[in-house]
Order: sequence, then C-alpha cells, then structure tokens
Amino acid sequence: MAGTEEREAAFYAIVDADGRIEPRDDMPEAYRKTLIRQIAQHAHSEIIGMQPEGNWISRAPSLRRKAILLAKVQDEAGHGLYLYAAAETLGVSRDQLLEQLHTRKQKYSSIFNYPTLTWADVGAIGWLVDGAAITNQVPLTRCSYGPYARAMVRICKEESFHQRQGFEALLTLTRGTPAQKAMAQDALDRWWYPSLAMFGPPDTGEQVSGGHTEQSMRWGIKRFSNDELRQRFVDMTVPQSEVLGLTIPDPDLRWNAERGHYDFTPPDYDELFRVIKGDGPCNAQRLAHRVAAHTDGAWVREAAAAYAAKRRAETEAA
Amino acid sequence: MTTPRVAYALALGDDALVLAQRLGEWVARAPELEEDVALANIALDLLGQARTLLRYAGDLEGAGRDEDALAYWRDDRDFRNALLVELPNGDFAVTMARQLVFAAYQYELYDRLRASSDDTLAAVAGKAVKEVHYHRDHATQWVLRLGDGTDESRRRMVAGLATVWPYADELFQPDDATAALVADGVAVDPPTLREPWTSYVEGVLAEAGLELPEAAAPRSGGRRGLHTEHLGFLLAEMQHLHRSHPGATW
Repeated sequence: MAGTEEREAAFYAIVDADGRIEPRDDMPEAYRKTLIRQIAQHAHSEIIGMQPEGNWISRAPSLRRKAILLAKVQDEAGHGLYLYAAAETLGVSRDQLLEQLHTRKQKYSSIFNYPTLTWADVGAIGWLVDGAAITNQVPLTRCSYGPYARAMVRICKEESFHQRQGFEALLTLTRGTPAQKAMAQDALDRWWYPSLAMFGPPDTGEQVSGGHTEQSMRWGIKRFSNDELRQRFVDMTVPQSEVLGLTIPDPDLRWNAERGHYDFTPPDYDELFRVIKGDGPCNAQRLAHRVAAHTDGAWVREAAAAYAAKRRAETEAA
Repeated sequence: MTTPRVAYALALGDDALVLAQRLGEWVARAPELEEDVALANIALDLLGQARTLLRYAGDLEGAGRDEDALAYWRDDRDFRNALLVELPNGDFAVTMARQLVFAAYQYELYDRLRASSDDTLAAVAGKAVKEVHYHRDHATQWVLRLGDGTDESRRRMVAGLATVWPYADELFQPDDATAALVADGVAVDPPTLREPWTSYVEGVLAEAGLELPEAAAPRSGGRRGLHTEHLGFLLAEMQHLHRSHPGATW
C-alpha cells in the first residue's frame, strides 16, 4: 500500500499530464468534496431551472414553440440525471443530494431565482442563460474528473442547440410586431445582469470569491477565472445583440481596441450574494415547488419500491 | 368546409393536443426526475401527433387555417376531443389511470388506422402507433406498481380508476357523422375498438390485483363540442398569449 504522499503524487501526476481521474483512483478528500459540491450544484441547477421555463409550457404561443420548449425542459431533466449519476461515482446518493437541496445546504445557480414574466423571457433564457452556461461549461469538458468531463460533453451539445433556439425565438420577436420587439427588449433588460452574475464573484476586489478558484485550477476542475469567462461571454454576446437589434442595458458598454475586448459595467455583486443566500425574487417559490413535488410524490416512490421488493421476493422464492 | 374527414382529423388531433397540454402541466412536478422526462416525452409525442393532424384538417378544410389557427382560435364549443383527455391531472394515480385508458384506446385505434385508405391518416398512424405502444407500456407499468405497491398507492389507484372510468365509454361510441368514412375504409369504427381495449385493460387490472371499477353512468359530449367545465380554463391558459397578439408570428 503506497503512502499518502506517494498517492498524492500519483494523483497530481495524472492531473498535471491533463489525464483523467476515474472513480476508483485515489484522490484527495478535499478534491472529492469540492467535486461533489460542484456537480451537485450543477445538477440542482438543471432541476430548478426547469421551473422558470416550465412556467410557459402551457402558454407557449405556437405549437412549434411549445414542442421546442417541452423538448428543452425534458433535456434539462436528463442533464440533471446525468449529473446526479456523475456525482454518485464520488460516493454520494441522489437522495442525499436532493435532501441537501431541499434543506438549502447545497445551492443552485442564482439565475433561476428570477421570474419569467413574459414569453420573451423564455427566449432570453435560451440565448443568455444557456449562453452563459455554455461559456462556463465548455472548459469543463476537459476537467480532470472523467465522469464529470464526459457528462459535460453531452450536455454542452444539447445546451448549444438550446442556445440557438433561444436566439432564434428572440429574433422572431424582434422581426415581429412593435409589441413583440418591446417584449424582447424588456426581457434583455431584465436578464442581462443576472446572466453576467452567473459567472460568480469577481476575481479581485472586496467581493472576491472565497479562494476556490486557485485550488480548483490546481486540480484541473476549473481552467479560467470568473472574470475571464464573464469577459468571454460579453465579447460573444454583444455582436449577437446587434444582430437582434436589441440594446444591452449598459450605457458604458463599448469596444476597447487596446484590450481587444468590450468594456462593460459589472453586475451588482451585493445583489448576487443576496440571491445566493436565499433572498432573491423567486428563491422561496422555487424551493417550495421542488419540495412539494418531492413530498407529493413520496407515496409513488414508496409504491415503486414496494412493488420491486415483491417481485424480487417472488423471483427468489421461485 | 367541415366535411366528415375534417371532423375526424380534428377529433383525433384535439385528443392529442388536449392531453399533451395536461401532461405538460406535470413537468417539474413529477414524483421522480425519470417521470419528468417520461411525461414530457409523452406530451411531446402527442403534441407531434396533434400538429400533423391539425395541419391535415386545415389543409382539407381549405379555409387557410393552419395548426395554430385551429389550436388557438377555436373556442371550447368547437373542440372535438373526448372528455377523458380534458380531465384534470389529479394525483399521479388519476393521471396514470387516464393514461392507461387512453393509450390502450389510441394503440388499438392507430394499429387499425395504419390500413386507412387515406394515405395521410395511414402515415400518421404508422408513426404514432410506435409512440403509443411506449405510452401504453409506461402507464401499464405504473398501474401495476401502484395497484400492487403499498396500501396507500392501491387506495389511490382504485380512486384514480373510478375517477376516469365513466369517461372511457365515449371513446367507443358509434359516430354517425363518420359512418361514411368507415364505409370507405378511411376511419376506424369506434365500437370495434372496445373488445381489444377491454381485453388489454382488464388484463392489466387483473395483474395488478385490481377490480374493474363499478359501473357509473357513462359521460360523453366531447365529440359534439359539449365539454366539461375544465376545458374552458385549459383553453384560456393555452390560448391567452396567442390571442393577445392577433396576426403575430412566433
């Protein structure tokens, strides 16, 4: 049996060579815990994220859009399932993770605590929120933990499809009636800053994130800082807003030729921290909805377990 | 012009559309994530069937109504769906009872409609029968699990079946309006579906250890546009945004 130091050296040798850590490999306990937290939070975000869009399934304004939305929300549930499965390879169960979500011990993305007030919000979520998610997640396809990296390959393909659909839904609105165009602009006005906040706290300054970044980079879980990813998202999104003919709600947004990037006003990080701590517009509603679905479904899960146990007993007796 | 063939395509399309709307209400509310996926999947299949059938009805009618005009600009008195599919979701057992009754019906219907002399209906049925086979299996598995699960699930399954049972009869009632279509081999005569449907559903209930629900007065009217009070609310929600922006493209 190799000593602790040797095992740690073996772990870092894999990470430094850009290899993949697999479930049976030795890994530092802190690495395992960080991954569980991150993958679970990611899975929870997919599950809670079904609500703001699910809110419009019954009211989608055409049958084609209704079908697209149903397919998308179905994909999100599927993403939640892959991610819980990836987390389970680290020695936790889906039930435990859901319990952590329901008791607010684990978090989900801040963005899903904002309400979908109009149909255009569904398009804005596809375009901006999925766009921000992809910016965050594409680097994770090369993350050091194999099961997570592989889940992300599949998820990113579907997300980028959703992002294009969201953009196309908004494009249809901006090419439509004045009321539709106004609806699209209003959605961008409300979703822009919450989307920028999805990248988390800034890298420097008073509100700097709690030091996870450096450690996660060392572990090959994270490859770019919050601000790098946020900048990448802005640079990608501004030209798209021009194609849409919509105005990003930031009077200081402009191209900086020297940096080769857009300058922009950062989101209100105090608001981000309030939302993450549970005090956003829909936190209470989203969690109550999730807990109610789980609680109301308990008798169904118990029935399925009892039925399976009876069939097992029969097979064994036979 | 509402010919019998238009009315027939509308009735089949409305069944699928209204049930898709009901199943969509389950999304993010299901007992397990796997069921969020399954119910959304079934809703999506039904919505696909509805779109094809409504488009076909609109083409046959020749009045320039597309799938959205037919889905969003008809009032409840013009909807032709069976009452069963507009019933509220209730708890998971009510939904599964409704699914079993309806999917078993739709399976027998599409299985026969594949031989329709109308090429479009035959093609719709050919695709749909595979989807509906899966829907029927999904409902069957749940009726077995709930019926033969815990005391609580059995109690709820019995209640769910009792809730939907009076609405099953309408699916098999003879339809004078489509008699000519049946004669021409275009449509399937509803009463001919009753025997295979009964055989399937009774088999599932027997395996689940459930008795047939007690006979209750059968309810009908949906095919004539005489609905329950539930449909008006379902349509108000479904149609509101579309109707608020007449002429808009989405």
